[in-house]
Amino acid sequence: MSEDTAQVSLVVNGERVTRTVPVRQHLVDFLRTDLGLTGSHLGCEHGVCGACSVRVDGRVVRGCLMLAAQADGAEVVTIEGLDDTGEIADLQAAFVARNALQCGFCTPGMLMTAAELLAEKQQKSREEIRTFLSGNYCRCTGFHAIVDAIETTLAKRLGR
Amino acid sequence: MKAPKFSYVRADSVEQVLDLLDRHGDDARILAGGQSLMPTLNMRLSQPKILIDINRLHALTGISLLGNRVRIGALTRHVEVANSAVVAQHLPLIAEAMPHVAHVAVRNRGTFGGSIALADPAAEMPACVLALGATLVLQSATSRREVEAADYFQGLYETARRPDELLVEALIPVPRAFSVSVFSELAQRHGDFAIAGVAFHLEIHRGVVADARLVYFGSESRPTLAQRAGSAIVGRSIDAASVAAAASALDSDLSPMSSPHGSSRMRLHLQRVLTRRALATAAERARAA
Repeated sequence: MSEDTAQVSLVVNGERVTRTVPVRQHLVDFLRTDLGLTGSHLGCEHGVCGACSVRVDGRVVRGCLMLAAQADGAEVVTIEGLDDTGEIADLQAAFVARNALQCGFCTPGMLMTAAELLAEKQQKSREEIRTFLSGNYCRCTGFHAIVDAIETTLAKRLGR
Repeated sequence: MKAPKFSYVRADSVEQVLDLLDRHGDDARILAGGQSLMPTLNMRLSQPKILIDINRLHALTGISLLGNRVRIGALTRHVEVANSAVVAQHLPLIAEAMPHVAHVAVRNRGTFGGSIALADPAAEMPACVLALGATLVLQSATSRREVEAADYFQGLYETARRPDELLVEALIPVPRAFSVSVFSELAQRHGDFAIAGVAFHLEIHRGVVADARLVYFGSESRPTLAQRAGSAIVGRSIDAASVAAAASALDSDLSPMSSPHGSSRMRLHLQRVLTRRALATAAERARAA
């Protein structure tokens, strides 16, 4: 009934994946080590930094605060998948144009969170963008450039 | 770090969960949103023998209006509460508090009942259900009982829930006419743990306070209903004198904890500041209503 391992079958970046996972393994370790999707980064491992952000069933979540065993039946999109679909090509270009990354460690998580903000298609002030990003840490840029990039992309998408 | 070893059960029914809790008691932990449990596992602050994953139990989800109460299933995620039209219409206190609950990614996964079951002293939802006089429903393999929020929160992470019980839902009375609510908190960054916070629920008839449930959180070991501060403004209008009386009564209502984020004295000061601001907001809202 209760075991050390669990069978999971999930869709990752559009592809069906079936594996046996240790029940204590969190989702982002599964994505990185078992599937080789190393775009999701592992920072604090206790839900503070946001570097491990991934999309599960359409919403951004902390990859370190969910077990791989819990992803059975889920649809997971990592930064690799988000890049492939072109959903955030404009945002990525804005990050480059605005120098919104330096070391790049937080960037996948920033993009995952910003993608959710953009998907809401609502006008947001800089303050509201900052609040939306409050669960993602950047220790290089000071956030201004990241907010710039998101603000620019949002304005373009809303046709302003 | 990585979580320690544990057994894991993906529950298919509430009955299965209750049976497991009956057998394992304190050795088991309920895994709902996991937004507080997983960090404590990863940091090895807790080491349960068995995790009972309740995420498939749809019976525990959902928000509905039942007569003059709103039922919120324990497994309802914060994001669903935040987006709920029923909550927006009938429970404005909770709607106002919701943006302060951690961060987007945590609200997407964390649950309403999980927050109440854990009873973190800095959490918003315990304070709201206490201010609104909610009833919490606890179920075990052999019984189902309803506990008033006022009796439920007993101390630092201590609640009336027994180890064999599962929190299944909250029943929250729809505020009566002339009700006004205000939520406010202070944290170092938006979404961080509150160092001081208030959840106020008042009834104001023609400018006079008929009832005041003033709940304080963040500074206390548990959400705390300030009886003396409430009494200080009941029967009066909200003005400089009554607000000052309520703020000074907090001396006897509160005993703030000290932490690296603020001394006991500083937190008492912040709660007074929030009291003045929130009562002023309540008066404005009552006038506008």
